[in-house]
Amino acid sequence: MGVPLLDIRDLTVAFASDGGTVHAVNGISYALSEGETLGIVGESGSGKSVHVLAMLGLIPMPPGRIERGEVLFQGRDLLTLDDRALRRVRGGEIGFVFQDPMSSLNPAMTVAAQIVEPLRIHLGLDGAAARRRALELLDLVRIPDAARRLDQYPHEFSGGQRQRVMIAIAIACKPKLLIADEATTALDVTIQAEIIGLVRELKREIGMAIVWITHDLGVVAGIADTVQVMYAGRILERGPVDDLFADPRSAYTLGLLRSLPDLAGGTKGRRLQPIEGAPPDMRDPPVGDPFAPRNRYATERCFREAPPLAQAPGAAPGHLVAAWYDLRGLLARERAAP
Amino acid sequence: MLRFLARRLAIAVPTLVIASMIIFALQQLLPGDTATALSGEERDPEVIAFIREKYHLDRPLPVRYVLWAKGVLQGDLGESIRLQKPVLDLVAEKLPVTLQLACMAMLIALIIGVPMGVLSAVKQGQTADYVANGIALWGLSIPNFWLGIMMILFFSVYLGWLPASGYVPPSESLIENLKAMIMPAFVLGNAIAAVMMRHTRAAMLQVLQSDYVRTARAKGVAPLAVILRHCLRNAAVPIITLGALEFGQLLSGAVLTEQIFSVPGFGKLMVDAVFNRDYATVQGVVICTATTYIVLNLMADVAYFLVNPKLRRA
Repeated sequence: MGVPLLDIRDLTVAFASDGGTVHAVNGISYALSEGETLGIVGESGSGKSVHVLAMLGLIPMPPGRIERGEVLFQGRDLLTLDDRALRRVRGGEIGFVFQDPMSSLNPAMTVAAQIVEPLRIHLGLDGAAARRRALELLDLVRIPDAARRLDQYPHEFSGGQRQRVMIAIAIACKPKLLIADEATTALDVTIQAEIIGLVRELKREIGMAIVWITHDLGVVAGIADTVQVMYAGRILERGPVDDLFADPRSAYTLGLLRSLPDLAGGTKGRRLQPIEGAPPDMRDPPVGDPFAPRNRYATERCFREAPPLAQAPGAAPGHLVAAWYDLRGLLARERAAP
Repeated sequence: MLRFLARRLAIAVPTLVIASMIIFALQQLLPGDTATALSGEERDPEVIAFIREKYHLDRPLPVRYVLWAKGVLQGDLGESIRLQKPVLDLVAEKLPVTLQLACMAMLIALIIGVPMGVLSAVKQGQTADYVANGIALWGLSIPNFWLGIMMILFFSVYLGWLPASGYVPPSESLIENLKAMIMPAFVLGNAIAAVMMRHTRAAMLQVLQSDYVRTARAKGVAPLAVILRHCLRNAAVPIITLGALEFGQLLSGAVLTEQIFSVPGFGKLMVDAVFNRDYATVQGVVICTATTYIVLNLMADVAYFLVNPKLRRA
């Protein structure tokens, strides 16, 4: 497979707050190959968004701070780049799509001006050439009557269309990596499906890798090759999407799956099971496995020592889990018992 | 856009009519009588009667108002009883002075206030922010007359760089004109700059936290371009509102400052007219000021249009 496109090693991001230092991201490591689609799942505060924003210098610092780690993108450590070099990566080699398309576009600039901006900054395109490319991009994200709409303002577009415009901006410079941070969360379900379909098509055309950040396992199932489950600033489980859904090894992943209404293979009429308890207070994180206090399978060791992320025994290669307990064994025993 | 402007203009007309009625009525409440004031020491009843008749002072108030309004519509603001000159000439003489002073003050306020507000928002919580806030607090709390006197003391008396008072028309010498106007303009602009800075800072802080600024940064836009292209325009609405209001205030006469620097502007004209019971002049000045206010508000509305594309559709 060669050098991965993105190789994050021991990334730790902290925020100074009134109650002390909050470690929003706690030494996470993972790699992403060229053309791979990685779905990152977790609830608010899991560090799923913060770590990508932080590695590109998009969190306010202070109060934010990258405590340690490396983020190798095509072999270069993004954390050591100066502002200028990092700006060339942002929008040029890595495109971003954010959650709320209503507020993510500048209300005082035409759509054309906003699409042209990265073209001018990263590709040096100007004037008619830039406009031509902007038009191509609007066509590419399937906005009808693109030529007329180029000179309109964001408020003249619907929510789904605005997210298409955001995607057009993100892919304007044919990035190697597209990061979508809750890109469909604010949209209606039908529009959600359209946007996911569009991104899949664009991926085929452009061949970029994608990091799709969401709290919605259903969305991940529809788009990702690999899924990574994050909790309290750590990765609890990671693996090929089919394997992870069929054979979850972390109690948190299992909890997320069971709280979903009737995913393929589920039983109709089954009660949804919420995950008991609340996420930990990150100003005073628990020692050991952060999910242990909410986990009925937790062993005594879980409360003492944080488990490392390692290959899950008997699972598909690349299916990693951070757990001291053997969830598969425990579930088999539960099923066997009356 | 045109329909919007037409609607605004339609509202402006009754506003002006009502404003002129109020000022006309209020003046009648002022103690003292014009005819008596003009008739001199002897107070000859015949002279008084003559004056009364000449200036229609013997007619009922509504009739006098209609007579005056008819004149205004024909471009005749009446005649200053005191100065024996058409009010229109007086206004035409003083307005350019006040206009120049107001423009210079506004320019100074913008040049100081907006960049300082932007800087303190961008550097929120850092030294630059505290320094800018300190300067703004100073600008707000310094009384105009005190600052004016201190400036005269320093720049005119001590350094001898600028004239302490007086006015030179720009047609005579532009340099001398600017030398005479810079101190009063600074005194007026200084106070506005402080308010401007606070408003710019608040607006910028809000815009800087917005999602589209994050989008701009994620696109790789350089910090300065983020501020100039993405933030300022969105932060402009409160600045425009404030600017129009303050400008209107400046035009209606910076009485105290004009007095200190002996600038022959609107403020001085107005004060003199009130003291002399020179009704026609007071009315003329007020109607001009009210018109300017309305025009300025209209200009602010047009400016909103230009910065906020959402309004263009409405």
